[in-house]
Amino acid sequence: MTDLGELYQQVILDHNRSPRNFKRLESANRRAEGNNPLCGDRIQLYVELDERGDTIRDIGFQMPQGSGCAISKASASLMTEAVRGKSVAEAETLFAAFRDMLAGGATAAGKLAAFSGVRAFPSRIKCANLAWHALHAALQNDSAPVSTESAKDF
Amino acid sequence: MLDTKRIRADFPILARKENGQRLVYLDNAATSQKPRRVLDAIAHYYTEHNANVHRGAYALAVEATDAYEAARTAVAEFVNAWTRAGVVFTRGTTEAINLVAGSWGRDNVQRGDTVVVTAMDHHSNIVPWQILCQEKGATLRMVEITADGRIDLADFGRALEAKPKLVAFPYVSNSLGTVNPAGQLTRLAHAAGAVTVVDGAQSSPHLRVDVRAIGCDFYALSGHKMLAPMGSGALIAKPELLEAMPPYHGGGEMIERVWDDRSTWNKIPHKFEGGTPNVEAAVGLAAAIAYLEQIGLDKVAEHEQELAHVAIERLTQIEGVTVYGPRDHRAGVVPFTFGDVHPHDLATILDRDGVCIRAGHHCTQPLMRRLGVAATARASFYIYNDVDDIDVLVTAVRKAGELFGVLAS
Repeated sequence: MTDLGELYQQVILDHNRSPRNFKRLESANRRAEGNNPLCGDRIQLYVELDERGDTIRDIGFQMPQGSGCAISKASASLMTEAVRGKSVAEAETLFAAFRDMLAGGATAAGKLAAFSGVRAFPSRIKCANLAWHALHAALQNDSAPVSTESAKDF
Repeated sequence: MLDTKRIRADFPILARKENGQRLVYLDNAATSQKPRRVLDAIAHYYTEHNANVHRGAYALAVEATDAYEAARTAVAEFVNAWTRAGVVFTRGTTEAINLVAGSWGRDNVQRGDTVVVTAMDHHSNIVPWQILCQEKGATLRMVEITADGRIDLADFGRALEAKPKLVAFPYVSNSLGTVNPAGQLTRLAHAAGAVTVVDGAQSSPHLRVDVRAIGCDFYALSGHKMLAPMGSGALIAKPELLEAMPPYHGGGEMIERVWDDRSTWNKIPHKFEGGTPNVEAAVGLAAAIAYLEQIGLDKVAEHEQELAHVAIERLTQIEGVTVYGPRDHRAGVVPFTFGDVHPHDLATILDRDGVCIRAGHHCTQPLMRRLGVAATARASFYIYNDVDDIDVLVTAVRKAGELFGVLAS
């Protein structure tokens, strides 16, 4: 069970059970949808940027009942915590670091390091990345739904 | 029960490890493993008889043609086809159904017509009909299922009131394991004047199929789910229907004469086999049929039903597990969910114990919507599985429950 313990670290299990910022944000001025057609995972992401469009003032996400695995749900939850209050540029930097970690690079800072165990499970990397790609699309103001099967760099 | 120890010895891949554990392969509804006999038949074909078929004037080409056509005879006998000319080799069930839609459908379905499918069909028996109906301005009618996962016969009857041109359904559901009353459905559809297409992807590997007893018009099968190589499969059809149908793919082999501006067609089944066929796949399929016949399809069905019965009983003893599909009239396919544990997580956790199951929508999204789930976990059995495999499965499911805090550890 040791390698499973690496994948399903306590912080991931906790955020899966009680996801943070699990809400539909009425004040959102950016939205994005992410789909993983292989396993049916779906995420709706809501972002509220400040008037100048620089800072993430609030963020929330929803996953239709039963449509998020532990990895994708915990990743979305931890992402919202990590980027809330951050500038758009800082959020993009976190995304780059997170993606780099899953691609075999350095372990990301803070709680996001909990996902370093996903590296050993190639079939689950897309689950961990889904919310971040949705965030990227929202920040780019790209209204087209994000799919794990269409983005080249998932 | 079958002598699984002896059978396992015939499958080289079952000797490998999965994450350091004995490989417990329970994803047979997706594809089966291949016995040495099939692997040897393919190697033997390439080392002894390889040439292009049907046109050579030399001994080697005659041997290749003989091997290919002998495989056709084997498939015809396997499902009790009307005639061996009514066996068209395809890449699998998907291509066989697309052939019917693209040839018979394009020729016979018109604006305002209705085509009927069921809510438990695989995407490969839905999407080709959607494409056809959209192209023709026809209506696609999806028959509902009952709460316990059978085709709703009352709704089936209502769908037939529209006098559909064609009715398509699966003999065995890949996502529920339901064994449908194929003969009865065919008689009802015929009485309404429809042609019937039976998706046999999940029935051909697991039970004795007699297409003449079913009485259907078209029957599609895949070789790779029944011990044969990927890329093997067949459409079995009533010869008079094939005779009347326009070609599907244009190319070599399917023609009789080619003029500058038009052509005439070869006789069936060659009219539907344009281009160099996958002879290796056909040869492998014949070897797989011989292997299955040696065991006996009735024994295969009995073995898998027994395993499904045991699996359902043991899995439902775990608090929080829900098994889908009917309690009887089912094949060796056991779909289930486990509380809040997502099937994808379950599959990852089981894999660490060497257990391969499928998690997802199983190419049946309309069915998943009706079940009210985004995904299920699915264990599916074959001749090399036994109760030991179910023990490993159940232990691993319990372990997942403990990890996720669903079960006390």
